[in-house]
Amino acid sequence: MKVKSSASERKKEVSKNLSNLGARLYDQMEKGAFPWIEMPSRSIQNIFYSPELRQYILGDKTVRRTARNIRHIRPFTQLVWTAYFAHQLAQQRKTSTLRDVYYSAQAYEVPFTDQYESDNIITDLETVVSLSREDFNIFPEERSAVFGDLTIEYTAPGFEGKRLNLASHPDGVMIGPALTYSEFVETKADKVIVIEKGAMFTRFVEEGVYNKFNSILIYTAGQAPRATRYFIQRLNRELNLPVYIFTDGDPWGMHIAMVLISGSANAAHLRELTTPDAVWSGVWATDIVDYKLPTDPLTDVDVKRLHELQRDPRYKDELWQREIKTFLKIKKKAEQEAFSRYGLTYIVDEYLPAKLEVKQ
Amino acid sequence: MAEVFEEISPADFFYRNRDIAGFTNPARAVYSSVRELVENALDASEILRIPPDIYVRLSYQGEVKSGVGALRLRVEDNGSGIPDPHIPSAFGQVLFGTKYKLRQARGTFGLGGTMAIMYGQITTHEPAFVVSSTGTKRVYEYRLMIDIERNRPIIMHRKIHVNKERWRGTVVEFSLEGDYFKAMPKVLQYLKQTAMVNPYANVTFVDPKGRLYKFNRATTEMPAPPKEISPHPFGVDVETIQRLIRVTNCRNMADFMQTHFHRVGESTAHRFLEKAGVNEEKDPGRLAPQDVVKLVQEMKNFDGFLPPDASCLSPLGEDLLRAGILKELKPDFIAVSQRRPSTYSGHPFIVEVAIAYGGDIPKGDDVVLYRFANRIPLLYDEASDVSWRIIRSINWRGYKVTPGMPIAILVHVCSTKIPYKTVGKEFIADRPEVSREVLNGLREVGRRLRRFLSKREHVERQRRRLDVFSKYLPKIARFSTDLVGRKEPPDISKLLRSLEGFEENEG
Repeated sequence: MKVKSSASERKKEVSKNLSNLGARLYDQMEKGAFPWIEMPSRSIQNIFYSPELRQYILGDKTVRRTARNIRHIRPFTQLVWTAYFAHQLAQQRKTSTLRDVYYSAQAYEVPFTDQYESDNIITDLETVVSLSREDFNIFPEERSAVFGDLTIEYTAPGFEGKRLNLASHPDGVMIGPALTYSEFVETKADKVIVIEKGAMFTRFVEEGVYNKFNSILIYTAGQAPRATRYFIQRLNRELNLPVYIFTDGDPWGMHIAMVLISGSANAAHLRELTTPDAVWSGVWATDIVDYKLPTDPLTDVDVKRLHELQRDPRYKDELWQREIKTFLKIKKKAEQEAFSRYGLTYIVDEYLPAKLEVKQ
Repeated sequence: MAEVFEEISPADFFYRNRDIAGFTNPARAVYSSVRELVENALDASEILRIPPDIYVRLSYQGEVKSGVGALRLRVEDNGSGIPDPHIPSAFGQVLFGTKYKLRQARGTFGLGGTMAIMYGQITTHEPAFVVSSTGTKRVYEYRLMIDIERNRPIIMHRKIHVNKERWRGTVVEFSLEGDYFKAMPKVLQYLKQTAMVNPYANVTFVDPKGRLYKFNRATTEMPAPPKEISPHPFGVDVETIQRLIRVTNCRNMADFMQTHFHRVGESTAHRFLEKAGVNEEKDPGRLAPQDVVKLVQEMKNFDGFLPPDASCLSPLGEDLLRAGILKELKPDFIAVSQRRPSTYSGHPFIVEVAIAYGGDIPKGDDVVLYRFANRIPLLYDEASDVSWRIIRSINWRGYKVTPGMPIAILVHVCSTKIPYKTVGKEFIADRPEVSREVLNGLREVGRRLRRFLSKREHVERQRRRLDVFSKYLPKIARFSTDLVGRKEPPDISKLLRSLEGFEENEG
């Protein structure tokens, strides 16, 4: 059974969008005008939460960048260069990283002051052509991993048609550019379990969680990279697998889960990075109480963060509000590893089954 | 124990208090000697309105090549010369001279030249050598020493030469103990600044190492010489009135007021005497001492006197000031302003200010300040001077001046009586009338500097704009061409041309 993939279609769209952008600018200059670009504003005032899409979206406000303005011309040139660079990547079917983009610009004498600046320009380009940087084959450095019974078929140059079962390597397979855009061929798993911490991911592999619970395991390495968010979204949408997320029991862990579910304000211009039906399964504040886990006290920063989350539209549902209140009441937090007090296998034997049972 | 009472001569007084006249130490003595003789030389030419040619030479005597040692100083000028009978006294007697008048002059003590020679005599015990001629058939040559206790010249040698070329001028040469190495910065600063406010003078200096410094004149124009005036009623004291009464020929007070006081005419005299309650017909010779005291007080309180006029002053004038600064600093920009005459305590004064930017002016955290009083550079105690306090009080950012800019400010105060704060005559006191003129003058030239800097900034910005556009537009064109997959880039030359003279008001 080969599942229909969205990956190859998107590649064609990338090339077309970028060359359309070039054509637009070319025509403007040919007509004797200073080239300009209009794009949705990414300012805080133009970011809204959409209950229908269950993620942040950009409003109607647009900004116009014109090469006539001396303050715009440098970032404008950098933007056009980035489009050119992405187009080159697409045509040569190469991948690059955010860091690499920052350095490559120097060869074209459009240098960026720092990587923050180049990252920002890349986000501008995403907004302008309504595609994510992963579509341009530009990836961040940090990588997360996947393990489980899923057979994929590579589309990356030189590996076309090559298949791999993601359970074939005990350390998991890195979710890199090639995997992100591979075709999903076959799986026996019926769920996805997402884990924040590397130690816990390794424990789950060792304890055979993928077998016992018939699941694909994904390790996010903290806040999940966008490639991973996209990958999880595909597993959910293309293979109809439910997604369960396990994080540390603190506001930061909660938010890792929330970004997978409802996305971030930073990516309000992008779609297909969210998995609205994914479930945060723990560690909840109420788990800390119910399982009598070893804890650390909440810091001032933790408390401040909890108050912010309490007001965040993404957290309006009952579960989230209840957990935030509980955290604030017990003033304690716990890591996933806290379950080790009951022995190495307790989390897999007792906690996990119980949590997967819970009706959301 | 009986105290011994004795009288000392003026020369003896200044010998004992030589630091008053600027002979504090061997370095300062070199500077003061050069300065006193150069100033005499400048005054001697200005009397005749002849552009001065001054030659100064300092040389080591004997083997000493560094530190304190015997130096020989020679100063030559092409000035009026000194009539033969006065030569010995002019150089061998303290407080003898032509400067005790109410008009602007460089020195007022009549002390400087003689003081330098006296210092030379007490440190080296050698006679001074003087040659002078007023342009007659004869040139007079003297070797002189000073009898300090009696304040009299001692003529060691006198010789008369035939003056075939009708040479006119004065040569003074004497030995002194000094430290040229330490004095050098001040001596050179002094000469440079002198050249700045005397742009009509040629000054040549040869230092003890044989190095030649030449400050050439930029013009032969000279400022109008000052006129001598009577004292203004605001500025007189009891002693002055007593002296006038002793010499006057006036037989009544109305005449007395009009004859001996500056800017007092018939009606002013009438109104003043009426207010003071003095009979116009009264014979000034019959005023009792207490009447004189009362008269002085009334003079100070009467508000009907006209302010002194400035004919007794000889400011440099805006053109000469500009010429002097242009010649010595070669700035990119200069603004000069001569304030209208004003007075403090009955003394007329004029303030001239200038501000210059760029050229040879060094860049520093602070502006460079050149201070002058009656065309004499003031080199010491800058921080205590009124000009420095005012410069500090001005918010220069308002004039677009930022730290590190090469900016020089020049303040020239000329007056019949400069309000020096100390006997050292190195800095000007904070008289409200004077500081107001300095402040307003600086504001005015500051505004002109701001206009210059704004314009310059605008041109600079315009140039940078063009640079930026010419750097980036071709790149945008190139990358767009590649993106769309075409061979030829779009023509952007029209766009670049449209930027020339483009104003800064886009959104």
